[in-house]
Amino acid sequence: MFLIRDLVAPRTWLAFTHHLAGWVVSLVFFLIVGCGIAVGLTSLPLALAGLPVLGLTLRCADWLAAEERARFALLLGVRIPAWPADPRRGYRWLLVPRRATLTGRQTWGTVGYGLLEVVVTTVSVVLCLAVWAIGLVMVTLPLYSGLLPGGSATIGGTALRGPLWLAASVAGGVLLLLAAPQLTRGLAVADAAFARRLLAPPSDLAARVTELELSRERVVDAAEAERRRIERDLHDGAQQRLVALAMELGRAKTKFADDVDAARDLVDQAHAEAKAALTELRNLVRGVHPPVLTDRGLDAALSGLAALSPVPVDVQVDVPVRPKAAVEAVAYFVVAEALTNVAKHSRAHHATVVVEGHGYPGTLNVVITDDGIGGADAGGAGLAGLADRVSGVDGTLSVESPSGGPTVISAVLPCG
Amino acid sequence: MRVAIAEDSVLLREGLTRLLAEAGHEVVATEGDAEGFLRAVAASKPDACVVDVRMPPTFTDEGLRAALVVRERWPDIGVLVLSQWVEERYATELIADRPHGVGYLLKDRVADVTEFLDALRRVAEGGSALDPEVVAQLLARSRHPLGDLTPREREVLTLMAEGRSNSAIAESLVVGSGAVEKHINNIFTKLGLAPGERDHRRVLAVLRYLGTG
Repeated sequence: MFLIRDLVAPRTWLAFTHHLAGWVVSLVFFLIVGCGIAVGLTSLPLALAGLPVLGLTLRCADWLAAEERARFALLLGVRIPAWPADPRRGYRWLLVPRRATLTGRQTWGTVGYGLLEVVVTTVSVVLCLAVWAIGLVMVTLPLYSGLLPGGSATIGGTALRGPLWLAASVAGGVLLLLAAPQLTRGLAVADAAFARRLLAPPSDLAARVTELELSRERVVDAAEAERRRIERDLHDGAQQRLVALAMELGRAKTKFADDVDAARDLVDQAHAEAKAALTELRNLVRGVHPPVLTDRGLDAALSGLAALSPVPVDVQVDVPVRPKAAVEAVAYFVVAEALTNVAKHSRAHHATVVVEGHGYPGTLNVVITDDGIGGADAGGAGLAGLADRVSGVDGTLSVESPSGGPTVISAVLPCG
Repeated sequence: MRVAIAEDSVLLREGLTRLLAEAGHEVVATEGDAEGFLRAVAASKPDACVVDVRMPPTFTDEGLRAALVVRERWPDIGVLVLSQWVEERYATELIADRPHGVGYLLKDRVADVTEFLDALRRVAEGGSALDPEVVAQLLARSRHPLGDLTPREREVLTLMAEGRSNSAIAESLVVGSGAVEKHINNIFTKLGLAPGERDHRRVLAVLRYLGTG
């Protein structure tokens, strides 16, 4: 029964349309990619003139791949997962592909698809059209066989004459027509499998690996930026002060012989300079990793942080089990950075910090709210760096800051 | 005054020893770790001890724990805890509900020799010495509104919380002692605290009010 139903089922005809449309698209795809790659590669030796050609080709290929994903989704209902966004991939000056673009599996999968899909669609279209057409011709043979030249259809030297032949033709046609929908759909399934193989990332696991690679890279970058910041702070701050201190002490030493009062002044200055250097170093250490965080956990560290904030801050910490050190540190820095922003930009009168731990394994939720003017830029250096740190422990950071406020920054950090 | 020192940095230990000796105090023991320090205190029973928070083996809060042991076993010995940083939480643990003979200062304060020696003397005599930074944190974290206080009264409250005597407060603010007493009375009235005539009880009242103890 389903064989007959399939004859008119939308799925069958969508698949049929898919083949026809695919044939046109894949032909275009083949021409663009084939010519582009050929021209690009052959002109590469000419002072790299081929690079922009390759770049343009690959951009077109990317665009066509997206279109193909849409075609498979629309006509077959097959989702071909897209590759996760990879910032290493891309183009310089719009057209010159980056190294990761040229070497990536995503690129060559797409190119391969562009070159081969035309074969798949051609075979599909030819088979489909042939089966449907021959089936129809055979089923309807009795209607028109008398009108044919010679009064009958002829295959090879044999004339199909008489009711037996006609009945056989009708039976064969019916069988072909019943098989046609199955063939149409089967080819669509094969096409989808082929497209998935070349266009989709290898599997969820591989996608996860890519994602991890990327987040690791971001974390390394963030750590490197942090190191540079510490170096700069030490260099501009404490180090300069110590130089000044040594200089003043040196001057005082030479003054002692003839002008004791001036020498005393210099020693006073040096003394002040030394204390300022100490304060600076202390603040630097607090910014790097506050010792109280290790010793006493988030509650103590955050209450110290809140006490230093010029904007009044309410802190509520409910963390029954201490999460691992890395998670605690990230939570601390989320709050530290958020409170720095509150003090610097928000013009808020009040801020609230809520930290809740939901067991182990579970998540640590950190929410910082202020009643300021809003408009925080999640893409800005500070918040983007924070997002990188959060992603380093597999967490997520969200920033809601409509113009006019309030600003809500929340981080969810897994502790499992 | 007889003083014991627990400090793992040789440089600072020697410096402290010299500083105290120059001021006419007797350094009866210098130790680089908490266990040795506790043994030395038991043996020499000093008037006061100076303890670094971070010491071997774990470099976290050994000094603080040793200080708590001294405070519990020998309540008469003044304990002055020094630290590279100060945290309200450590102050709370250290003081518990007995702000007598206890001090908690940033290491930097050693640079102001007179002030440091004064703080050590206060601690040895059963008074207290809290670092201005700790007091600032306490004021910021205060569970009660302090908005009613005038700026001058806030200054007096801060100095009181640091453990200063009336005369020291008067000197620091360059006013007469009568004026200081008036400020203190105003503060106690505004905060609804029973006026205390003795320095120590006063500190306790202030710290309690601010949320420790």
